[in-house]
Parts: sequence; C-alpha cells; structure tokens
Amino acid sequence: MKKEWPLWEIFIRSKSGLNHKHVGSLHASDAEMALENARDLYTRRNEGVSIWVVESKHITASDPDDSDPLFEPARDKVYRHPTFYTVPDEISHM
Amino acid sequence: MNQYLLQLADNALILGHRLGEWCGHAPEMELDIALTNIALDLTGQARSLYQRVAELEGIGKDEDDYAYLRDVREFRNALLLEQPNGDFAHTILRQFVFDAYNYYLYQALAQSKDEWLAGFAAKSLKEITYHLRFSSEWILRLGDGTEVSHAKLQAAIEDLWTYSGELTIPNEVEKDLAQQGIIPDLNLLKPAIEGKMSEIFAGANLSMPAGIFMQTGGKDGRHSEYLGFILAEMQFLQRAYPGQEW
Repeated sequence: MKKEWPLWEIFIRSKSGLNHKHVGSLHASDAEMALENARDLYTRRNEGVSIWVVESKHITASDPDDSDPLFEPARDKVYRHPTFYTVPDEISHM
Repeated sequence: MNQYLLQLADNALILGHRLGEWCGHAPEMELDIALTNIALDLTGQARSLYQRVAELEGIGKDEDDYAYLRDVREFRNALLLEQPNGDFAHTILRQFVFDAYNYYLYQALAQSKDEWLAGFAAKSLKEITYHLRFSSEWILRLGDGTEVSHAKLQAAIEDLWTYSGELTIPNEVEKDLAQQGIIPDLNLLKPAIEGKMSEIFAGANLSMPAGIFMQTGGKDGRHSEYLGFILAEMQFLQRAYPGQEW
C-alpha cells in the first residue's frame, strides 16, 4: 500500500459570477476528503463560495522547454488585440 | 436555565480543548488544521454561551470566570468529552458520537421558545453540520478502510461506548426545561440520533454495541479523573497570575 496520500489541486470561486481560480494544492485520500481539507485550508477566512478539486495527476501541463514554439509566435501579432477600433465618445464603460 | 447553558458551554469548551491538544500532532498537516478548526468553532460557541450566562446571572462575572475559575465539580460537561484523545480513531469516534447528538439537539434548540437560545442554536448549527459531516466521513473511512484502521476504530468503540449514553439520558435540569418546552425531550431525539449513528456504522461495517452499561454524572458535576488534568492545564495561568490579560 502506498503510504502518501495523493496530491490534489484546489480551485476556489471567491464570489458568484467569478471564475474558479487555482489557489494551491493539498494531500487527501479521496475527492471528498480533498473537498473538506480545501474547505478548512483555503476558505477559513471567508475566501470562497465554491470549491473544485482535481487530482494533480489528471492535469496535463505544457513543457517549459516548448514555450518558444507555443508562445513566441503570439508575441508580435499585436493586431490580434482589439485595440485598433476608435470608440465613440458617447460610449462609456469601455 | 443557567445550569443548562453551562452544560452546553462546558461540552463545547472541554471538547474544544481536547481537539486543540492535537495541534501540531495530527497524523497529517491537513488534519491538524481540520481538528483545530473544529476546536475553534467549539470554543467560539462556548464563549457565546458563557457570555449569555454572565448576562443572565448579572453579578458582574464575565466569560473567563466560568472557563478559568470554576473547579471540577462545577463543570457540567458530559463524561465523553473529557476522555483523552487516545489515537486518531478514539478522537474521531468521540467526535462522531458527540456530533450526531449535537446536530439533532441544536436542530431542535433552533426552535426553542427562548429567543436567544433559538438564535444561538441556528447560528451554531451550520458549524455543527460540518462537524458531523467531517466525523461521519472519517468513521466510514476508518471502519471500511484497512484491517488496521477497522481494528483501531473497533477498539475505540469498546473503550468509549460506555460514555455515549449520558448525552441522551436526561438529568433533572433537562427534564425540567423539556417540560417547560424550552429544550427538546431527549427521549424523543434519541431515535434520530441513533438512526444516524447506525446508518454510518452500517456503511463502515461496524455494528452498534448493545447492552453496554452507561456511565453518567458529568452533567451533574461528577467527573472522571481526566477533567482535573484538563483544568490544571487550561486554568494554570489564571490561577497563578489572577487577572492576567493578553
């Protein structure tokens, strides 16, 4: 039997309408326990209204060595940002 | 009424103190936080209750007088709550038995015709609901876990079950208040409490012990030797340096 509990990644929604955000990770033997531990570790100062837990092994991460081919090409494509429109003066809250 | 509020308060304070003893010693870091979180909830409940007793008595005492300046015979907590932490299985079993009782009790107290008590119970019930969820989950995991965890939980049941009955055996104070309709009749709550316990026990491959002699007396101030040691540690500072503040 493995002695260590698996690692879980914790995501907290701080308010209704906002996205769940990654806040950290913790150990737990199963998903229910991960939720309870997350409640005690990450929401005890009123930080959240909803919790997601995902076992860390289920997350596939990009390789830092691949960052050039993955992200470099986007760096000089300023035209992909919607900053070339003129906004009429009458429009507020933009 | 004050005697009853002290029963509720002392249950919370003494169990909170016991759980606090796990701080830095729990089997996992996450459990360390979980147990002390529950301890803080309970200590907070005890504070509110002591403040209420002070207000009702109106003789210039404050919450600290009840926690730090009463001796063993004046404490009204049930015997179960002063029992030592033992191993993690003992702690979880003690917690579960208390949570199952406390959950149905506070649900009923939230309907009390005493307005303060009803409000306090409704507020605390949210915390207690979580405590019951936490301890139920752990009974299931330990009971239905490995051979070792099952055996440890079984040993805890054998050690502690004799203290489980006192919670639902009404004393004179409780009989009197139940008759006035201020608190529920414990005999009527018992089926729900035992139902919850046997439901969780069944899921954990455990059976509810039957025909065990039940110890009583804590609610009337007759305690086991353990409470004296708890008070010695908890009250040391106020006894040695009266009136000392943070």
